Amino acid sequence: MFVKKLVTTAAIATLSISTAFAQDVQEIVNKASVAAYYQGEDGRAKVHMSIKDAQGRERTRDFVILRKDVDNVDNGEQRFYVFFERPADVNKTSFLVWKHADADDDRWLYLPALDLVKRIAPSDERTSFVGSHFFYEDVSGRGPEEDNHVLEEETDDYYVVNSTPKDTAGVEFTSYKNWIHKTTLIPVKTEYYDESGDAYRTYTALGVETIDGKPTVVKSSMADTRIGGVTEMQYSEVAYDTGLPEDIFSERYLRNPPRRELR
Amino acid sequence: MKLKTILTAALLGVTPAIAQDAPPLPAGLSSSDAQEEADKKDRSSSAPTLPSGLDDNTAPTLPSGLGEPTGPALPPGLAGNESETEETTLSNTNEPFSAPFGLTGFIEARAGARIVSDPTQKTLSIGEIRAQLGRDIETRHATFRFVGDFFYDQVEDVSDVDLETGRGFFDLREANVLVRPLEFLDIKAGRQILTWGVGDLVFINDLFPKDFRSFFIGRDDEYLKAPSDAIRISAFSNIANIEFVYTPRFDADRFISGDRISYYNPALGRTAGRDAVITPEARDDWFSEDEFAARAYRNIAGFETALYGYAGYWKTPEGQTPTGEPFHPRLAVIGGSLRGPVRGGILTAEAGHYFSRDDLSGADPFIRNSETRFLVGYEREIASELTASVQYVGEILSDYAALSSSLPPGAAAPDRMRHVVTLRLTKLMLNQNLTLSGFNFWSPNEKDGYFRFRASYKLNDAWLTEAGGNIFYGSNENTFFGQLQDNTNLFVGVRRNF
Repeated sequence: MFVKKLVTTAAIATLSISTAFAQDVQEIVNKASVAAYYQGEDGRAKVHMSIKDAQGRERTRDFVILRKDVDNVDNGEQRFYVFFERPADVNKTSFLVWKHADADDDRWLYLPALDLVKRIAPSDERTSFVGSHFFYEDVSGRGPEEDNHVLEEETDDYYVVNSTPKDTAGVEFTSYKNWIHKTTLIPVKTEYYDESGDAYRTYTALGVETIDGKPTVVKSSMADTRIGGVTEMQYSEVAYDTGLPEDIFSERYLRNPPRRELR
Repeated sequence: MKLKTILTAALLGVTPAIAQDAPPLPAGLSSSDAQEEADKKDRSSSAPTLPSGLDDNTAPTLPSGLGEPTGPALPPGLAGNESETEETTLSNTNEPFSAPFGLTGFIEARAGARIVSDPTQKTLSIGEIRAQLGRDIETRHATFRFVGDFFYDQVEDVSDVDLETGRGFFDLREANVLVRPLEFLDIKAGRQILTWGVGDLVFINDLFPKDFRSFFIGRDDEYLKAPSDAIRISAFSNIANIEFVYTPRFDADRFISGDRISYYNPALGRTAGRDAVITPEARDDWFSEDEFAARAYRNIAGFETALYGYAGYWKTPEGQTPTGEPFHPRLAVIGGSLRGPVRGGILTAEAGHYFSRDDLSGADPFIRNSETRFLVGYEREIASELTASVQYVGEILSDYAALSSSLPPGAAAPDRMRHVVTLRLTKLMLNQNLTLSGFNFWSPNEKDGYFRFRASYKLNDAWLTEAGGNIFYGSNENTFFGQLQDNTNLFVGVRRNF
């Protein structure tokens, strides 16, 4: 009798848990997005990229990335400034992104040899960022509201979230699965699946450091079996809340890089 | 007993969720924070088995002792025992070759030939070895920048260095200083490359010097821009940003003069080249034969808008003195431009009115008429790594009646309006190491055009190889592109960046 009552209560409890999860998976994803892309009000890092193609040949990219959250709103508008140092053919090329929460991002590229500010068509956010396995969107972040999320499983360490795009136009995946670390809410692994359910693209956080009290991915990789090979990104000299002025993210500084902030 | 514990935990977990609408912590998570290996092990072994199939794509095996794969292994830094993994060792980056003294640049070789015969020119269209050296020097208050090209040119018979035309064996590209005397003010003075406007290889309000010789013989795109000796003052505010460029001595285009690229000579009534080289009257008086350019710009609702003004001279010798001497007549231009996102692409529009100040009535047949130029363009990605952009460019003569009636008897009147359509296709392949691009100019009314194409491949981070061509076509030899038909060429190049 007592046992039966207990089981019934347990069943109700389980139901309540799953409803609660349905509401809260979005919150988990929002927080994961914040942990990955919105730490602090602004940030800067030096990035070394190692791009290995299917034959194992290596190309590298070195750049400094500056970020600022507009009005310090999590999962809101952001500005990115990327200044390339290596390889030599892209030295001093700068790249500016105004990331919008609910519209296409605005992007500009500055080619110093021509003194040319070029605006880049917004349609290709899921194409390779500077020839790497990372997409533009992987660098600036995918909006948490762009997909439907289901908390598929919980392990000791992870929320395992399965996400399917609300709008399938403009994305190459059918769904993706994210292993989000429970304590820090950092996405540790992301797998993208094609129509037949095969994982073809895998993001992995390879190293995390706590910087200014904020757990930060300092090493990560992206592999893509469709094209073969893998790109590894290493972050160094990471700093948060450096007080970046917002006007850095403008044509003025695209043409004349903000040396002090990049150093 | 165990079952009871779990159920109790579950019940405890649910209560706060109902009470305060916070994300409920399921049984187990709260204790997982303790992150004690022994505890983990205990809980893990009591967890339900994963559905079949899941373990396949979640791959990484857990640390020994944990029975079932429940997700990726934690990266260093998240594993719990922070003290041991705090320092993530970053592998040393391969230090690429760099030149001494902080110099950057490249060394390259380029060769090309005309593929149609031109009696007035050499067959070799380009044959050069070039080394570009650049250096930035930063001080507390200023940034100095120097870029210069040393080259050996097999085609031109010029050995003396001419810094204005970039001939000889040295071309000074940049030698300038940038200062920021006030928070809202940038000043860049000296030799510099200047560009503004929104056209794609079409310039309306950008009257800074161009180098069409380099553009047509297959040098890198960067050489389309010739340097200016100028001071650029930029003031920034929330209302609008304003820029002034003062060039104290007129900088002409490095235009088609016949010595390297043949052109249609109306006086001779035929295509001419090294047998009739154009040498216009010099405009080289400091501070009197000068140029002013200005731009005001700001963003409005996602669109970049700008207004422009220019006072100076036609950049190519568009006038002839009574004695038949070519010269650069006076010119003023006002215009505007617009650029912004529309339906997943970028829309551009630009217009400018050219006031030919030495012939405002348009009655002088020896000086180019005033005209209005405009363009509308659209660019977007049409397939993966394939970008297309189209432009329509129109040029309307202002005083057509005056021009027609003033032409000498027998002279053919130009069309009142010139139309040009451009199409650019750019395809990136092989991890963006291979770039294929084509750009076509086509004028339906002049029945001529120009197709430039290029394939460039990055062998590695330092080496680049390139091949391409410049194809000129047209029904007549006296039209804008038609006159260049004999200059059709193919080229190859190899470059080492450092």
